[in-house]
Amino acid sequence: MEIKRETVRSSAPTGQGQGGVEIDSSGLRVNKHDAKELLRGAELLGPTAPASMDGEELERYVHERVLTTTLEKAVSWGRSNSFFPLAFGLACCAMEQFQTAGPRMDIARFGFEAFRASPRQADLIILAGRVSIKMAPIIRRLYDQMLEPKWAISMGACCSSMGVFNNYALVPADKFMPIDVHVPGCPPRPEGLMHGILKLRKMVQDDPDAGWRERYDARGTEEILPGA
Amino acid sequence: MPDATGLELLAKELRESEGIGAEAILGTLYFRGHATLEVQPQHIRAVLALLRERGYASMMSVHGVDYYPHEPRLGVHYELLDMSKVDRVTVTVRVPTEAPELDSVTPDGEDGKGWPTADHQEREIYDMFGVAFHGHPDMRRILMPEDYEGHPQRRDFPVGGEPVIFTHNEHESSGVTR
Repeated sequence: MEIKRETVRSSAPTGQGQGGVEIDSSGLRVNKHDAKELLRGAELLGPTAPASMDGEELERYVHERVLTTTLEKAVSWGRSNSFFPLAFGLACCAMEQFQTAGPRMDIARFGFEAFRASPRQADLIILAGRVSIKMAPIIRRLYDQMLEPKWAISMGACCSSMGVFNNYALVPADKFMPIDVHVPGCPPRPEGLMHGILKLRKMVQDDPDAGWRERYDARGTEEILPGA
Repeated sequence: MPDATGLELLAKELRESEGIGAEAILGTLYFRGHATLEVQPQHIRAVLALLRERGYASMMSVHGVDYYPHEPRLGVHYELLDMSKVDRVTVTVRVPTEAPELDSVTPDGEDGKGWPTADHQEREIYDMFGVAFHGHPDMRRILMPEDYEGHPQRRDFPVGGEPVIFTHNEHESSGVTR
């Protein structure tokens, strides 16, 4: 079979683009400058409005290229897509937690793969396993060392409801620290933990007020206040 | 294992040996191929030293038992192993809950060498059953917090546990204000 070779022409259209804007490198630069001017409100100033595009054309150019949002939404979007979990396991659930970071579930798809060895660098603590009475103050200390904003997932039956070990030895995580998401299971499969993390992601994105600060009426008790 | 006859011979040998009286060995039990010597609490160190001379030189584990409602309630089991003959024997003592005290076998003493492996296991028995071991180098709780009250593996200790908080009764939990 004969292979046909064809010279591929430059993909940049020479005529009118989709937005009715000429796209060549020099024109692009001019348009970018004009868009900046428009965003600064230059159009309102009248005579200083950009000359190379007229109002409607420029308006469309800007609308096609600029996304407006609120700062809160942008920040929670960033936070929710880059949790830094604490590299920390308590019992058998930790095996499933590791597997969540493994290639099959691949937590890195969502940007949560950077497990941090220090609580100062982490913003998500996953309690993977049972919490004994003697371990509870240590975990609380780890949680207190994490910087705001921070979230906690209680993974598995033991640290949510103590599961089969509901006796003298264990203490449920809710007793000593605020938990945002409980993942049931004994242990939960990696899919389960993934679901829990995505629930938390959804919560951080859509409804940050559903976190523990609202539930515990703890607004204003942040360690570092904004602007302080 | 010594067989049933071997166990009786071992008990006889111990009763006739110097240092402990015949009353130190309270009895023998041969059950499902497992040989057990029951010993008076005050003679435990001497008996273990004699057994070590007879080849049972390795202490594999020390357990606590609560025999509730039988008296004396608390038991401590020492599992000994002869490494060359691959032969095991269990030595048990029983102590009452009113005076749960026993000589520690951990440290070396005038009556012979100690068994360092018993260190943490005696601490665990103290923690879980409340048997205090005299002469132990570090008689503290090992698993439960230091300020914990009670000995949770005793059979009259309540099973306890915490009430589980679900969404429907979350407001009853401590620390939630609404």
